Amino acid sequence: MKQEIALLVVFLLVFLYDTFLGKGAQKGLPAFTAILMFVITLLGLCPHCCGVGGEQTAFAGMYATSPVIAAIKNILNVGVVIVLIQSIKWTNSENMSMRRGEFYELLLVTLFGMYLMISSRHFLLFFIGLESASLPLAAMVALDKNRYESHEAAVKYILTAVFSSAIFMMGLSFVYGLTGSFYFQNIYFAVSSNMSILLVLAIAFVIAGIGFKLSLVPFHLWTADVYQGAPTSVTSYLSVISKGATAFAFLVVMTQVFGAVYSRVWEWMLYALIILTITVGNLFAIRQRNMKRFLAFSSISQAGYIMLGVIAFNAMGLAALMYYVLVYIFSNLAAFGVIGAIENATGKVSMDDYRGLSKTNPKLSFCMMLAMFSLAGIPPFAGFFSKFFIFTGAINQGSVAIYVLVLIALINTIISLYYYLLVVKAMYISEDEPVVATFKSAASERLGLWITVAGIICLGIASCVYTYLLDTTAVSAMQAYFIG
Amino acid sequence: MFSNILIYFVIIPLLMLGGVGLSRNIRQIRAVAVIGSVALMALSTVLLLQYLDLRHAGETAPMLFTDSWTWFAPLNINLAVGVDGISIAMLILSSIIVFAGSFASWKVPQPKGFFLWLLLLSTGVFGFFISVDLFTMFMFYEVALIPMYLLIGVWGSGRKNYAAMKLTLMLMGGSAFLMLGLIGIYYHSAPEGGQLTWNILEIAARDSIPHGWQSFLFPMTFVGFGVLGAMFPFHTWSPDGHACAPTAVSMLHAGVLMKLGGYGCFRVAIYLMPYAAQELSYIFLILTGISVVYGAFCACVKTDLKYINAYSSVSHCGLVLFAILMLNSTAMTGAIMQMLSHGLMTALFFALIGMIYGRTHTREITQMGGMMQILPFLSVCYVIAGMASLGLPGLSGFVAEMTIFVGSFKAGMADYLSGEGSLRLVFTIIACCSIVITAVYILRVVGKLLFGPVYDKHHLELTDATWWERTSTITLILCVAAIGCFPNFFNNLINTTFTPEIFAVLGK
Repeated sequence: MKQEIALLVVFLLVFLYDTFLGKGAQKGLPAFTAILMFVITLLGLCPHCCGVGGEQTAFAGMYATSPVIAAIKNILNVGVVIVLIQSIKWTNSENMSMRRGEFYELLLVTLFGMYLMISSRHFLLFFIGLESASLPLAAMVALDKNRYESHEAAVKYILTAVFSSAIFMMGLSFVYGLTGSFYFQNIYFAVSSNMSILLVLAIAFVIAGIGFKLSLVPFHLWTADVYQGAPTSVTSYLSVISKGATAFAFLVVMTQVFGAVYSRVWEWMLYALIILTITVGNLFAIRQRNMKRFLAFSSISQAGYIMLGVIAFNAMGLAALMYYVLVYIFSNLAAFGVIGAIENATGKVSMDDYRGLSKTNPKLSFCMMLAMFSLAGIPPFAGFFSKFFIFTGAINQGSVAIYVLVLIALINTIISLYYYLLVVKAMYISEDEPVVATFKSAASERLGLWITVAGIICLGIASCVYTYLLDTTAVSAMQAYFIG
Repeated sequence: MFSNILIYFVIIPLLMLGGVGLSRNIRQIRAVAVIGSVALMALSTVLLLQYLDLRHAGETAPMLFTDSWTWFAPLNINLAVGVDGISIAMLILSSIIVFAGSFASWKVPQPKGFFLWLLLLSTGVFGFFISVDLFTMFMFYEVALIPMYLLIGVWGSGRKNYAAMKLTLMLMGGSAFLMLGLIGIYYHSAPEGGQLTWNILEIAARDSIPHGWQSFLFPMTFVGFGVLGAMFPFHTWSPDGHACAPTAVSMLHAGVLMKLGGYGCFRVAIYLMPYAAQELSYIFLILTGISVVYGAFCACVKTDLKYINAYSSVSHCGLVLFAILMLNSTAMTGAIMQMLSHGLMTALFFALIGMIYGRTHTREITQMGGMMQILPFLSVCYVIAGMASLGLPGLSGFVAEMTIFVGSFKAGMADYLSGEGSLRLVFTIIACCSIVITAVYILRVVGKLLFGPVYDKHHLELTDATWWERTSTITLILCVAAIGCFPNFFNNLINTTFTPEIFAVLGK
């Protein structure tokens, strides 16, 4: 509960600051929010707040928290801090000066919704979390009032969000009809003894509903347009925080609600979805020229890799998923940081504009290269370790089919390497005249990039992060579900 | 951690990386590169002497200087190091080539970036050869691969974009199979319920990978490493890559990096999965046999010097894998000798080609001639390299190929006499033909390029090698001659590994 309360306090403080402080002080709001988030992230990291021991529940068992859940919330917090730092320049721009507070308030509300999703043990709370995590995002996508694409993206986003919620609700109603309960625990025991076609349908609907948010293929069609149209800071928030939180919530639902029918029902559904997601995401990414669309498809395929941690269905997969999300946050935010910096300075977002960037802006290109290498899984950067561990976790499941799946995923990493290298090629190898002139990015943007680069370099080599996650998950309450 | 001598093979290149990063001009960069590579050579010599001392004192462990530091404790991933005669041979080879390569890239444009990537590549190579932990081994392997993309892409020539991308994707494609193979080995490294491990020595000692899984994992790892070892049909990255790479990168890549493939094939695929090695070696024997002959034939018809040498590398590296698959100690010793010999000789070739290209700005042998009159030093070196390549006694190539073919023939006859088919014998005879074909393409180049009339009058104004070029080539020639003149020394160094006690596959 501590983390939710802390977040609420931050929200209220930001709200009061935005409402009551004078016009002169408003420019300080972005930094104020970032610092507050940084403080509660630090508080969350200290061992006392992580919660020790097993699962603690509240609200008649609707809400639960444990060290694993605290850890995933911490991971999200870290990502949010970086997003906040990176967005300072943008929110202080001329265009945004009237709506500065809205961005931060909406962002904190969605984060609160994600917390609820992750912690819920009852579908009602889960649904509230899901909705409050997605509806405000539509408003955030539309924040760039003067751009047509931003509005289009917002409409697309809200329609898909509502549609997917409806599908999810449909699944829930089936589940309720089958089991008569919304408590995860009750449903778990009810479905394990009672197998029917309705259950298969229900699970399919639930997967589809959450799959929209995760942008798994074939539920991915909104992704590229929304990512392209949304302001870059919102896109980065969507692509890492929203996706990471939903991935973890998905894992919780699949194991704690439907864990008993893993091999009978949903292993094969997810198996097919993973292959589709990784392959289609990769193949579509190859042809993209707009950097934000490019990263949209790349993030679709990354979601496929994240799902390997769910299909693994063991503690190692869970730890690998969390670690993957953490590394993905750093790598993707490094890429978006560079894109945002260049967009803020010159308004250019096409890959063709990155030609010769290493000659004019060597440091930015270096950050971008590290991000690309990390996303592609090249050692010694963190992405290599996260990919290696998620494959190791998946194979731990043991069946031959999983070996085949991992082989397909591995072959796909080669395709992804190709398009990540295209960016490196444009920046370093292309001999054309540089398009983007030398410029000095804002201090906040540089700070954000320094943090992400440090993360990309250190997260893998410093083994303590992954070891901690693995140790935590190995003793968690979730462990019981994997055995069943 | 710092008491173990092996760890310095990684620390020194990393220090050099830092040194180059801090350098302000090309003189400082050169100083760092030369001092560092001399230190590496000194270190490998010290290691060699210590190793021989220990062996003379009667050490019988499969690997010496072993040590292990925990990294990811829950997965039992350690930074485990250890060397035997083969790794030491490879370490010496790498340090010599890094040294020669630094001199060969004396005048490279944008030296800072170039040396940073080159040293990152070297770090990967040295780390690979000292590792006995599959995870760290794989990590260093990939660290060595990716700098190639930028080295070829930025500093290369010709169709460099295409070549860089092709090379990177094919090698990384190999490592995709490899990663699956290694994770598979990890999960079968202990009997049910035992502590899983990535440590090669422990896995080999337990020998607990089920036979069914070996038949699946062996091809994965062998193909994974085989791609880097230029095994047919996965060799196509090699000619393009080598032809477009800058000189020092070709040297390092053909001289050292391709050896990672051969070394990995035997250290991981065959060492850990002896059963599958026995059962499935015939498939790869056929493929590598094709490499040997096909590479040699391709070299005969190419007119670009670098392409000729790249195809000749395919042929010679194919011979390495071919010999390893013979699964007897003589052929395997020959394979390691061939790795040493080919590494030095091909580095020498690429260095010379780079030097000639730097002067004439062409690599087409049809547009050059009479170099012996114009560039006597480089030409004599070229002849020496050519002689080493076609196996003249007294130089390294003879020793290596002789050992390989004697060993292969022995294996082939043994198979034939015991009624296990004559595949090995037939392929040994086919592979032997490559010696003749090698002579054809070497002598063709030597005749056309070095002797005969001067093709282009402008070439008469060219000047012969500078002192740094001489340093680079003379170092390599001395080493080639050393192997040729003292084969027994190297033979003894390598031989300790290939005993039935250590190498399970040999006893059967």
